[in-house]
Amino acid sequence: MEGPKIIFTIPLFGGIAVTETVTNSWLLILVIFILCKFLTNNLQKIPKGKQVLAEKFVTMINGLVKETMGEKKLHYAPYIGTLMIFSALGSLMSLTGLRPVTGDLNTTVAWAVVTFVLIQMTKIKANGFLGYLKSFADPFPVMLPINIVSELATPVSLSFRHFGNIAAGSVITSLLYTALAALTNIIFRGFIPVPIFQLGIPAVLSIYFDLFTGFMQAFIFSMLTMAFISNAAE
Amino acid sequence: MERAIILAASAVGAGLAMIAGLGPGIGEGFTAGKACEAIGRQPEAQSVVTRTMIVGCAIAESTGIYSLVIALILIFMNPLLGML
Repeated sequence: MEGPKIIFTIPLFGGIAVTETVTNSWLLILVIFILCKFLTNNLQKIPKGKQVLAEKFVTMINGLVKETMGEKKLHYAPYIGTLMIFSALGSLMSLTGLRPVTGDLNTTVAWAVVTFVLIQMTKIKANGFLGYLKSFADPFPVMLPINIVSELATPVSLSFRHFGNIAAGSVITSLLYTALAALTNIIFRGFIPVPIFQLGIPAVLSIYFDLFTGFMQAFIFSMLTMAFISNAAE
Repeated sequence: MERAIILAASAVGAGLAMIAGLGPGIGEGFTAGKACEAIGRQPEAQSVVTRTMIVGCAIAESTGIYSLVIALILIFMNPLLGML
């Protein structure tokens, strides 16, 4: 288990490192773009084939947003859908052997910061700027530091949750690979140079750590984003 | 020698940090049990109850994740070694 590799450095401000995470997300953006183009070209009045899939996804996101945030906040659906598809595919990337994009704190912090700004914007819009400032001194002015900390804890806990779940999966998987290699060595005592126990056995754990956690964290991240934003509007 | 002491102490610290995994385990078990009760009482509300339960579990999990992050930092990028 190591950090993401540095692919190249941009010679600006003393060298900006472009890591594997960034290049993998470029790849992911390209894949999602091609997927969207492919699913939505040649749209028909009566859906069939791939169009059914696209419509199913859009209907699902719209329904979820409508149920959690209410009819009036349907314009958040594209953001939620983007989060969900990027997060799910970013975690599922580990199935192809690439480094998962979400297993890097930078990615999840970026999303959490966007959500944080949205929450603050919604609060300002709902209460006015003065009312927004006043809400920090609620119920007493003594509570000011606590309110500020609890406000700042939202993006931290959002991003750490997502990152922690995916990173823990990567750590446990790499530990398992090491253990299986050692086990092969002990049982066959070097007769077989290939660690054959690494075949197949990690796939069972991968169902939980890659498939289940990947989808679950994408769902939880977007669910919590919706909950926070609709709470902020009150 | 100092390096060895710091490494050993960090390994112990990482192990101790993961004791925080107890809390989310108990909390999430409690949540799931209550959700089962709710579904048993009102089977038609299953999808809503399940969704709320999952979000609640995710929030209960954060303390465990914090401890995991601390353990990961102690093991993989120990900041204390730089203070020597």
